[in-house]
Amino acid sequence: MKKRLRRIVIAAIIFLIAVLIEKINIANINENTISIIQIILYILSYLIVGFEVVKKAVINIFHGEFFDENFLMSIATIGAFAIKEFPEAVAVMLFYQIGEYFQSYAVKKSRKSIASLMDIRPDYANLKVNGNIEKKSPKEVKIGDTIVVKPGEKVPLDGIVIEGTSMLDTSALTGESVPREVKVEDNILSGCINLNGVLEIKVEKEFGESTVSKILDLVENATNKKAKTENFITKFSKYYTPIVVFLALIIALIPPVITKTDMLEWVYRALTFLVVSCPCALVISVPLSFFSGIGAASKKGILVKGSNYLELLSKTEIAVFDKTGTLTEGVFDVQKIMNEKEFDPKELLELAAYCESYSNHPISLSIQKAYGKEIDKNRIMNSEEVAGKGIISKIDDKEVACGNIKLMEQLHLENINQVEEMGTVVYVAINKQYAGYILISDKIKEDSKKAIQDLKKAGVKKTVMLTGDNKDVAEKVNQELKLDMVYSELLPVDKVNKVEELLKNKNEESKLAFIGDGINDAPVLARADIGIAMGALGSDAAIEAADVVIMTDEPSKIATAMKISRKTLKIVYQNISFALIVKIGVLILSAFGLASMWAAVFADVGVTVLAVLNSFRALK
Amino acid sequence: MKKNYILEDLDCANCAAKIEEGVKNIEGVTECSVSFVTEKMIVEIEEGKEKEVEKEIKKVVKKIEPDTTLKEA
Repeated sequence: MKKRLRRIVIAAIIFLIAVLIEKINIANINENTISIIQIILYILSYLIVGFEVVKKAVINIFHGEFFDENFLMSIATIGAFAIKEFPEAVAVMLFYQIGEYFQSYAVKKSRKSIASLMDIRPDYANLKVNGNIEKKSPKEVKIGDTIVVKPGEKVPLDGIVIEGTSMLDTSALTGESVPREVKVEDNILSGCINLNGVLEIKVEKEFGESTVSKILDLVENATNKKAKTENFITKFSKYYTPIVVFLALIIALIPPVITKTDMLEWVYRALTFLVVSCPCALVISVPLSFFSGIGAASKKGILVKGSNYLELLSKTEIAVFDKTGTLTEGVFDVQKIMNEKEFDPKELLELAAYCESYSNHPISLSIQKAYGKEIDKNRIMNSEEVAGKGIISKIDDKEVACGNIKLMEQLHLENINQVEEMGTVVYVAINKQYAGYILISDKIKEDSKKAIQDLKKAGVKKTVMLTGDNKDVAEKVNQELKLDMVYSELLPVDKVNKVEELLKNKNEESKLAFIGDGINDAPVLARADIGIAMGALGSDAAIEAADVVIMTDEPSKIATAMKISRKTLKIVYQNISFALIVKIGVLILSAFGLASMWAAVFADVGVTVLAVLNSFRALK
Repeated sequence: MKKNYILEDLDCANCAAKIEEGVKNIEGVTECSVSFVTEKMIVEIEEGKEKEVEKEIKKVVKKIEPDTTLKEA
């Protein structure tokens, strides 16, 4: 880099002297001598700055590479020498090199800033061996080893805390700024930063399998999966260069014959064409923008597994959600206990917990969890399941019945307060008298509503909810969330069918995203145009199955991802159209003799540098 | 079999595309993808042809971009 810069500076100084010598002719030397000195200086400056380019061009011709930029620049500048446009020839080469220098500086810089964005790779692990601590590369640590993580250090490998408590900064993985607490027996993931306490960790995964390696791998390889736009531009540039070179030939040869004007003028125009014929600005800025976008997303805890998926996200018009675990917490909890006057709510819960204590159903488990005390099995005299209705047990001397409304009807109870609530209602009868009900439901996530609204704002036309739950529950949830369509009582295979149906009925251009928890909806994730898994931190299966992985369990991140995607695509299109407009503009102008070679150099390298700088914006 | 390479000093995006195209055309290569930004190349090679293919890859890289060095990741 330094050598290159030095060459550019020296060449530029010589070039300036050559230009100025004519203007400040102090010694009154005769004009012929001056122009000879000038030519020598121009050639010297050209050789200093352009020798490398010409050398490469010659080597590449032997390799059969004709349309590479070195070759084009060499022809253009040597041609300019030939038609005696000396300052032009040197200036074009000089500015080309300055542009190249800036370009490679900008690319290095953007590579670096993207890398630092994902600077979660741990450098070392403190391995505990016989009570002593040794610094090792994380790669050398084996499963079962004990490592120590001090405050301020990165957790190098996945494992279980065996000693100490501390707060963890998980922001590098999740984008979440609130620290998380860990204590003994908690799982701990690599890539987190230990904030205050000293932790001893038993390693559970080798470095290559650890969360941090997996995430880095994923993000670093994401740009290998190319977006359609990128492939299009690559293809376009393959034809662009030969076409422009061909046009240059036509311009140099045909108009002078027809119009019988000065041939040199047309050759100059043709050479200008050659300068503009390099497709670099187009080709360089597209992958840079995409990678910046992927980097920006990963900073927010959203892993996009390929440039193609980042592109598709911006075209998403249908968002299909799985309900449980995605829009709702996926944890069933007792929300409410409604007792009849004669009964005590605590007793109601206690008896219901006893009554259901032999069942493993999630509903029973949540009642037992809400009760929270040990079940004394001796108190249960008898327990009998009534299929599809509930359970009738004898607790102490009381007959307790817990179940749905059908069970209550079967017992011919009176004064039943049949309720319409979101969730599952467990009716309880004690000694053949209706005692009240317990409402168990899955809570809607706090940001679900905002997520749906944000998606609408971000351009999603249709939002759909799929659930295996019954219609009532689904509709109650939707009263709050207001999605456009709800399909309930679906078996896992029905979900795939529904998504296929939606895919069939949409137009080709709009894309369908499916959002699930990634654990039992892998087939649907795979079938959708874009599969998005949520709450994936620590779940390898989810990371594996999805195209876009959201590390936290906030559905509002989907809209964030779409915004990043839109912004990235906007930048990509800006760059492409800017480059094309400038290039085509210069081509037209120079065909009519209105643009100089200087303008052409700007159209080539200036545009490239501006496009690279513009692609930086996708990082934020 | 999948192989990962690093293309050190990959300076020109158009060359990255050309290298990708060139490596794809090598016999025994079923898939190739070059990322200009991360300077990474992922190549899918038919079983048993790794040695010859790697030689060819080196040739292609040298030919298109003489300043770039191919390294195994």
